Amino acid sequence: MIPFDFDYYVPDTLKEAADIYGSLRREGASPVYYAGGTEIISMARVSNIRPSAVIDIKNIPECKGFGTDGARLFFGAAVTLGEICESNLFPLLGLAAGRIADHTIQLRLTLGGNLAGTIIYRETMLPLMLADASVYISGPAGDREVPLSDVFSGGKRLSPGEIIVRVYVDAMYASLPCVHVKKSRTEKLGYPLVSLAAMFMDGSMRSAVSGLVFYPLRLRDTGIKNKQSAAALAQQLFSEAPSPIIEDVNGSAGYREFIFKKTAENAIIHFRKL
Amino acid sequence: MLKLSGKCKITLNVNGNSYETLVRPADTLLEVLRKQLGLTGAKAGCENGDCGACTVLVDGMPVKSCLMLAAEAVGRSVTTIEGLKGTPVQKAFAENYAFQCGYCTPGFIIVCHALLAKYPEPDDYTIESWLQSNICRCTSYQEIKAAVQAAVMETRARQ
Amino acid sequence: MQQAADTRIRRDAPQKVEGKAVYNDDRTPPACLQARLLTSIYAHAEIKFVDVSKAYTVPGVRAVVTGESGALLGSIIQDMPALAVKRVRYFGEPVAMVVAQEEWQAAQAAKLIQVEYNPLPVVNSLEEALKPGAALVHPGLSEYRHAVNDVYPEYGTNISNRTRIRKGNMAEGWSRSAVVVEATYNIPQASHAYMETRNSRARISPDGRIDIFSASQGPHASRSHIAKVLNVPEGSIVIHAPFLGGGYGGKVNPHPDFLAVMASKAAGGQETRVSFTREESFFSCPCKIGAKAVVRLGADRAGKLQAYKVDFFIDSGAYADTSPVISRAAAADCAGPYSIPCIECDSVSVYTNHVYTTSFRGFGHEISTFALERSMDKLAAALNMDPAEFRARNALRECDYTSTQVKVTLSNTGNISACISRVKQIMEWDEGTRIQAEKGLVRSKGIACFSKTSTSPTDAVSTAVISFCSDGCVNLNCSVIESGTGATTALPEILAKRLNIPVENVYMNLEVDTLNNPEHWKTVASMSTYMAGNAILAAADDAVKQLKANAASALRCGVQDIEFDGKRVYVIEDPDSYIELKNLVYGVKTEQGNAVGGPVIGRGHFAMKHLSIMDTETGKGKTGPYWTAGAQGVEVEYDEREHSFRLVRAVTVLDAGKVIDRGCAASQVSGAMNMGLSLATREEYQYAGNGEPKDTSFRTYKVMHYSENPDYIVEFIETPNLGGPYGARGLGEHGALGMASALAGALSRAAGVEFDSLPITFEAVWSAVTNKGRQAKQ
Repeated sequence: MIPFDFDYYVPDTLKEAADIYGSLRREGASPVYYAGGTEIISMARVSNIRPSAVIDIKNIPECKGFGTDGARLFFGAAVTLGEICESNLFPLLGLAAGRIADHTIQLRLTLGGNLAGTIIYRETMLPLMLADASVYISGPAGDREVPLSDVFSGGKRLSPGEIIVRVYVDAMYASLPCVHVKKSRTEKLGYPLVSLAAMFMDGSMRSAVSGLVFYPLRLRDTGIKNKQSAAALAQQLFSEAPSPIIEDVNGSAGYREFIFKKTAENAIIHFRKL
Repeated sequence: MLKLSGKCKITLNVNGNSYETLVRPADTLLEVLRKQLGLTGAKAGCENGDCGACTVLVDGMPVKSCLMLAAEAVGRSVTTIEGLKGTPVQKAFAENYAFQCGYCTPGFIIVCHALLAKYPEPDDYTIESWLQSNICRCTSYQEIKAAVQAAVMETRARQ
Repeated sequence: MQQAADTRIRRDAPQKVEGKAVYNDDRTPPACLQARLLTSIYAHAEIKFVDVSKAYTVPGVRAVVTGESGALLGSIIQDMPALAVKRVRYFGEPVAMVVAQEEWQAAQAAKLIQVEYNPLPVVNSLEEALKPGAALVHPGLSEYRHAVNDVYPEYGTNISNRTRIRKGNMAEGWSRSAVVVEATYNIPQASHAYMETRNSRARISPDGRIDIFSASQGPHASRSHIAKVLNVPEGSIVIHAPFLGGGYGGKVNPHPDFLAVMASKAAGGQETRVSFTREESFFSCPCKIGAKAVVRLGADRAGKLQAYKVDFFIDSGAYADTSPVISRAAAADCAGPYSIPCIECDSVSVYTNHVYTTSFRGFGHEISTFALERSMDKLAAALNMDPAEFRARNALRECDYTSTQVKVTLSNTGNISACISRVKQIMEWDEGTRIQAEKGLVRSKGIACFSKTSTSPTDAVSTAVISFCSDGCVNLNCSVIESGTGATTALPEILAKRLNIPVENVYMNLEVDTLNNPEHWKTVASMSTYMAGNAILAAADDAVKQLKANAASALRCGVQDIEFDGKRVYVIEDPDSYIELKNLVYGVKTEQGNAVGGPVIGRGHFAMKHLSIMDTETGKGKTGPYWTAGAQGVEVEYDEREHSFRLVRAVTVLDAGKVIDRGCAASQVSGAMNMGLSLATREEYQYAGNGEPKDTSFRTYKVMHYSENPDYIVEFIETPNLGGPYGARGLGEHGALGMASALAGALSRAAGVEFDSLPITFEAVWSAVTNKGRQAKQ
């Protein structure tokens, strides 16, 4: 039950969306873009946000659908995590998406919402960072395709009025050996203590992690075809993570460190066997 | 471009029936089903998408109706527990003690029903990942597991 | 007459699987007004002022209600205002309530109420509450009225009740003890997590009648409670209680009902609904107690327990509610199912500035069981004995005495040794309790026993009325709430068996209203089958007596010459001479068309017998009619590298006396086991330094989900309880009791460290193992 009113818009084109957003802003209204709605509804219910209008982008053709032109894969921002899992177009993205919230919710959560939302974990970003993805963004400053890392690295977010339209990934990354491991306070569900995505490429491990710090963190690519123990490499990876490590009801910083190192070590061992 | 503002009239298709109803754009599907349409089978348990008691089908797939605006359901086909009758899943839940207080049961049945519609012979991993979406505080879940297995058998037998 | 178990379904199954089962909120009329709460953002503060004026600016708002001095709630100590007055004592305490046409308007308006607080020192733990000079949560403790006689608050402290157990000569007990273990145990507060949040509606008619529609486990108790506080005749209040969406003890206290009455009153008597959000269910509704136990347990060389000293500290949170009785229950059953000659126990319920607490499945036995069972494991290890064997050696037997000095019979406690040996068989105990598997995995097993009685009021009652239809069908009228326990399946079976009629011919009320359904204490304490079952047997016998009286005159013989076989009353010497049941139920028809004898109405009641208030010095007394005891096991697979574990299987063997409905009984027990494991592995209220709960939604407070469960195995031993219906004992809570201990035993064995606090999360295991490693290095 949302304790205030808002207007609901369903634009049919990107231009309509931008126009209505712009005019609402000029009127002093506080519109938000809306896709899966899960985060907006749950935050609005407890009055953590009070938008006066929501602009549902699920009907905009450019935001829908996913596929490939051979060289590149694309995912519309309004594609659900459920669709991404099922498509298996980019297996590592499917693995990460398939562990966010729960299955029913995955059928509502969208890729754009997960990337642009306020949740700190944004686990779909992990595979996309590893694949050097780019995003097509539409906004008041015009439309543009930019590297994902330019928009979202660290704690960075979209500017007001901007929306993600599509995400592009070089198809080559979809066939690389990969692992995704998520550890939470209890066994399977819940926010991650560690959500680690990793790919094996040219003798080294590319990895990124959510749950250690307050944003998805791309770790340094690590050569693993060497004599160093997996545990030592994992320790090295951890030592390069910025501080502070998250400490909250789900788990202490120390435990996150432990879990991260074990998980990274296991990933390295896994890739070494290939 | 569709725009809804203030109290507005929308038409919802629920369980094969068409309902014209007045809603606020901020009303969730769950509230409208329960308060406006009198379909109280979907339950509010957390209104935060965590418990699954409000799960309904939208175009055949499970959705937590507390996290969907009623306005979003326009033009789509909604099925609530009231729209299921005599299904293998319902029979199996009844016969396997797969409920106690029964409050979470409509949500579980909706999820299981959608699961078997999509995967008549689901593997354990698929069953688990779908059923993780709901909470039951009364049973041990073992009874629900038995019901899902019985429903798979029953579905097979009916075909 | 019984159908095969595999084709039988619960009576509530058809409506529950079709979404047609009606819960309280499903019947909220469209015109019902809606109330929402404003709750405290301080754990302890004075309320300097409340300004409600802005709330009235929201369209649709009808009334804003704030706390009034005078009316205090409390089933034991009357210490709780329905809305805070002058002071808030926990984060989340309701301060004001807005009544509006729509719920969203009420919620919006509640946010506009301005409250100015003056923060007070926060009593944020048991230790802080009990230290000398502690801030007092209730400085006016001595001024409160008590709803019962046997509660003993200690004025000028935070202690709301103390119970003492003194049995045997402790000095001698210790001198006989060759081995002694000492430890401290902690369990946190936790949420009932009923899926249906608390809600209630009330309306007040011009004639003064108050109708309350409530998600309640105890409508009769609520009626009496509210009538006393409002000072109105009890009969003017009618509480309607339909199917309950889970309760587990959490929907007994009448707070929502009282708020609904206040809200309706403020709205001129119009029907008004009060409901708690899920978040409010965590921080504004009463939760499960937290507790600490300090233990010293001794045994002689032969492995016989000799002396037990235990102190329980119950974190009752901000208001007493039932926690004084919970602390008493922990003390009364402190020795569990074991024979211990010398016992010294002090148990106190303690006010803190935490969320207030109420009854919860287990009712104090979760801490008494955890403290004792963990200590039993340690003592067995110190004696170099097998923990299962050690338990069996000390299990209560006939002619032993319980902690409160009640003489043990097979009838009043059942066969504990049989339960232990069956658990051992199922668990394949003798193949080993710690088995090293490959890849750093360890399979490990733990065992625990439990025993629990009702700790009910000494005069708790239940009533049943049966009447008949003209075709001979039977109407059963009693006031057990169908909260999921299957009572509405099992109770008709008891009646059908006694009357020797098909169970399908019994029709029972599935919901309760206090005007039309007779008194039943509360649907709590695993006592429904026992209490209502006995009332039903008495009602059945009363009905048969009347049927026979009706038949006797028509058959021209005495009642001693005739018999009822479920279908007819016949002459014993001449069975061809009979009258069918349907021709007797409204009296016997004469040829002139008159009915002789009149309609049959069977009345039956049950009242607790021979219970006594515990002696204030020694605790001597009988706190329940019988104990239900049993044994449990948990097997885990422990990962030595990551310190995580997987639950493999969980076993309960319980002496049920007599199983009335196997399906209902087994699923009650397995469901309780699941809850016990969920509490043991993940659930806890964590408080910030200012007393604010950190975790108030299912987003982060995770209960057990589908794929995280072990295999559950439930079996029953049947040693009749001579006072129970067909020998039955209650079993609703018991499956939860030993799970934490058995799990902790298995994990302690696997990881080589003792787990004495709950929950045992993966992080807790990692932390304990790491700390031990660190200490070993030093």
